[in-house]
Parts: sequence; C-alpha cells; structure tokens
Amino acid sequence: MTTNRIVVGAHYGLRDWLAQRISAVVLLVYILVLLGAVLFTAELNYFTWAGLFGNVWMKVATLMAVFALMWHAWVGIRDIYMDYIKPTGVRLFLQVLTVVALAGYAFWAVIILWRI
Amino acid sequence: MTDLVARKARPQYRNIGVSQILSYRLPVAGIVSILHRISGALLFLFGIPFLLYLLQQSLTSELSFMNYSAIVGSVLGKLVLLVLGWAFLHHAIAGIRYLLLDRHVGIEKASSHLSAQIALGVSLLLTLLFALKLFGAF
Repeated sequence: MTTNRIVVGAHYGLRDWLAQRISAVVLLVYILVLLGAVLFTAELNYFTWAGLFGNVWMKVATLMAVFALMWHAWVGIRDIYMDYIKPTGVRLFLQVLTVVALAGYAFWAVIILWRI
Repeated sequence: MTDLVARKARPQYRNIGVSQILSYRLPVAGIVSILHRISGALLFLFGIPFLLYLLQQSLTSELSFMNYSAIVGSVLGKLVLLVLGWAFLHHAIAGIRYLLLDRHVGIEKASSHLSAQIALGVSLLLTLLFALKLFGAF
C-alpha cells in the first residue's frame, strides 16, 4: 500500500490498467469491423460511406469506439506525464488540458455523427 | 563463466539521463516499447484531431466529401496518413503483444525477444503495404 499519495498520481488501482486493456480490445474489434464493412462495400463514394455511418448500429459502434479511444488515450497520456513531468502543478495543468481536449474531441465526434 | 569474464567491459549507466539516450543499446523489446509510447503520443497529438477532421469532411456533404478526397489525395495528406498509419500499426501490433504478455503468453526471455522482432517486422511490413496502397502501386 502506497502511503505517499500525490494528487496527480495514478489513483493506485487496477481500474485504469484494466480500462486501458479493455478499451484497446474494443478499438481493435471496431477497426476490424470498419475495415470489413469498407472491404464489403462495392464502390466507396459519398453515398455508400455516409450510408454506412447512417446505420444506427454503426453510429452506436462508432460512439462506443470514440469513448473507448478517449479513455484509452487518457490513461496512456497520463502515464507519459507521470514518467516525465515531475512538478505537481505542471503535471496537473497538462492533465487538465488533456482531459479538456479529449472531452472536446468526444463532443465533436457526437456532432459529426448526429448530422448524418 | 570464462566467456563472461573475457567479454569486453560493457558501458554502465547510473542515474541515467536524457543526454545519454543515443548511446543506449536497447534490446528489440525496448525499441518496441519506446516506439509504442512514441506512436501513442503521435496518435493522441495529431491522429485524433486529423482523423476527426477527415471524418467530418467525408460525412457532412457531397461537397465536403470532395474536400476530403482532395486532402487525402494530396502528397502532404498522404505523408501525414503514412506517419499516422505507421503509428497506428505499430501501436496496435505491439499492443496485441502486450495483451498476450499480460496473459503470461510468451514471457520467457527467448520468446519475448522473438515476439518483439515479429511485432517490429510485421508493423513495418504492413506500413510498407499501406505506403504502396497510398501512393497507388496497387
């Protein structure tokens, strides 16, 4: 048990470690499904491409993959900060910046999919 | 033991620092590991925003789809996609290796050395195929 807990630490648990691996598998499955769907499309143009993402199952799968990606990236980028950025204030600033960016990307993805 | 003693004195690193990075001789597994980190950082910094932009352009309208086609058809766009393609392929294949290692598959020294070589080789080979596809070889 760690006694010197720091505010920008890893929260000292299994959850993030596991989340990174589960989200990795989700992303691998999604990318293989997307690749398969594209390969089975006879001709790729705006209508077939937008038609693919117009399916409800595809929108749901894409959003699941986006959320998995954001969580995955968060754990990985935080690991990088924890290894190289030692001052607590700087690390916290970068972590906040990263969370804001990832949340923004997730909303952007929702908006893109919403309009199809 | 005699051959160990006879072996040339190996460099020692204590309190390792950034200035010595280039003189390290990483084992293949170490190269795969640091590239996994670098490729992950690249995908976060450039991959996510660029791919979301491309997704938006490709899906919003027929007109924006033409813009998307122009971007991925340009030399600069292809080079960016090539770098991101390598980053993704390396990150994914090295990642599968780490998932297997987490399951205690191939954690012996020899097999982990071999799987590191395979991960590096396969990701570079697939990147080469991606480059050929990107620049219209097939």
